[in-house]
Amino acid sequence: MIRATRLLVVLALSSALLAGCSKSGVESVQNGYRGTGMATLYDKDRVAAQYAASQLPAVSPAAPGEGPTAGQIYQNVKVLDDLSAAEFARVMLSITEWVVPKDAPSEQAACNYCHSANLADDSKYQKVVARKMLQMTRDINSKWQTHVASTGVTCYTCHRGNAVPAYAWFKDPGPGHQSGIIATRAGQNTPSLAGGLTSLPYDPFTPFLLNDEPIRVEGKTIGGDGNRSSIKQAEWTYSLMIHMSESLGVNCAYCHNTRAWSDWSQSTPQRVTAWHGIRMARELNNQYMVPLTETFPANRLGVTGDVAKVNCSTCHQGVYKPMFGASLAKDYPELRGRKAAPEATPPVAAAR
Amino acid sequence: MAEYQNLFTRVQVSAPHYHGVPHTGGGIWGRHGSGGVSHLLGRLGDAQIGPVYLGTLGLASLLSGLLAFEIIGLNMWASVGWSPLQFIRQLAWLALEPPAPGYGLTIPPLKDGGWWLMAGFFLTLSVMLWWARTYRLARKLEMGTHVAWAFAAAIWLFLVLGFIRPVLMGSWSEAVPFGIFPHLDWTSAFSLRYGNLLYNPFHALSIVFLYGSVLLFAMHAGTILAVSRFGGEREVEQSLDRGTASERAALFWRWTMGFNATMESIHRWAWWCAVLCMITGGIGILLTGTVVDNWYLWAVKHGVAPTYPQSFPTVVDPALAPGVTP
Repeated sequence: MIRATRLLVVLALSSALLAGCSKSGVESVQNGYRGTGMATLYDKDRVAAQYAASQLPAVSPAAPGEGPTAGQIYQNVKVLDDLSAAEFARVMLSITEWVVPKDAPSEQAACNYCHSANLADDSKYQKVVARKMLQMTRDINSKWQTHVASTGVTCYTCHRGNAVPAYAWFKDPGPGHQSGIIATRAGQNTPSLAGGLTSLPYDPFTPFLLNDEPIRVEGKTIGGDGNRSSIKQAEWTYSLMIHMSESLGVNCAYCHNTRAWSDWSQSTPQRVTAWHGIRMARELNNQYMVPLTETFPANRLGVTGDVAKVNCSTCHQGVYKPMFGASLAKDYPELRGRKAAPEATPPVAAAR
Repeated sequence: MAEYQNLFTRVQVSAPHYHGVPHTGGGIWGRHGSGGVSHLLGRLGDAQIGPVYLGTLGLASLLSGLLAFEIIGLNMWASVGWSPLQFIRQLAWLALEPPAPGYGLTIPPLKDGGWWLMAGFFLTLSVMLWWARTYRLARKLEMGTHVAWAFAAAIWLFLVLGFIRPVLMGSWSEAVPFGIFPHLDWTSAFSLRYGNLLYNPFHALSIVFLYGSVLLFAMHAGTILAVSRFGGEREVEQSLDRGTASERAALFWRWTMGFNATMESIHRWAWWCAVLCMITGGIGILLTGTVVDNWYLWAVKHGVAPTYPQSFPTVVDPALAPGVTP
């Protein structure tokens, strides 16, 4: 009797341990041919929480595009000078809603966050950064459709009501204590946040999303044909891939057939999108973020004095498509790129 | 009546300590201590502990092993600023890493892999000395050297991973780091780099022998415990003079699967399964990178990896588009 009770207690405790993993369970969605084990796993609780946090803000009424441009009316407008005054005002108000903290002190509230009394003045660093970011947003929407498709991005994709996006990265010099003859960590062997708490390299971003180090390590032929990639190199790639997986809330099989990681013919179309995403993040960091290093005050920089940079999490925030694919940019043509200059009626058409 | 029907040995033999047979071949060392008795250990094995024979080889092995252990441990501890708390907290993540690929087979500075090379040297020395000890002790007791050769099979895999293969590849960086999680990450990275180790046929054989060993262990232990009420644990006597325990055990397996091992041959089965696990594993690692760079492609060529129908639109490597660098 006692023995049976003991057994029951042990069984109950063991199942209680398992139940701690996920309350509502994990949903498995097959995304490859049967037998290949290609399935994407979604933790239902996590997805529900993310979905609740991914609701788009209200869209402000569209503004008429006619009339003199902001560049003609206002001084010192360098990026949005092609917009009409109404469109320009709409973007300014939307940025305030998307980016400026609601609880900012009055000298930083609303317009004051970026502007001083003279609206054309560039003395606040926030304004200089915002200008660069607007340029970046237009650039992403017009040049990077290989990654963002027609969904596009707005300030809200990354900022979500925060002045500084919640997910950005700085160079990570690792825990200190490495001097003299003590063995170095070689960039790994401490709990790695980027690498999903493994002992893999803790800063896979500097080599791949800032610099252009080779990501591909696997041999393309049986004999290798002089492929000198090392196992250590594979660990850096591995860490980057774990970051992508964690940022998108998906497992490896979302993009890869894991029996042949490098083979594109067995990969899902999502892998192509991800490939462009890596290039996009790299270009945004080099073209928009790094040049802002001097603009930011020291308290906005990382421990090595580097600027906050973009990785997959910055937009995705744990979801396979930012905001579960809902497009805010479709309602903001102002952010989709420069407006085509109003063309004069083509002479041929006029002749008809 | 004593019976072997429990997880634990129910028989505790109480007798004067057995000092063992005199060993031949001299040597400057004797046995240390006169031995004691532990009831708890007696539930798992023999209740007698000691006397201990350490010997020159044993002492040298322990010393060089301790040296390797200290080099690894102190470097790990130093890497968390000598904080005892962080050392315990991060222990599973900490490591002593081999040199970077750029150093090839040269001797790197201490901080860049020199310590790793030194730790590896002393660990290897320690293992080799311990092997020599198992060999010499077996000889002194006029036993066969089966244990030493089984140990040698494991040392083969150890040497392939940490020395032979790195030398053939021309780089210490190919070797395994010393660390709990780091050596597991290394294992994954090894498979990722060389196109999926699961398609390596020697890796597959190694797994067969590993699981085979486990299966044989369970079958043999189960059989002997089951016939111990008939004196089945006296395996050696029964292999020469088959008794009813041996008869029943044989009959059981013949009825179950039509074939049975004998009291003697089952031990050869077990020994070879265990030894081949390491030998085939070592061959598999040795061929990786030196002969075969991508095991998946090897498996495709030899008809091992099947092709599956396409289940999504054709995907092409975007790096192949003109004007793109991968």
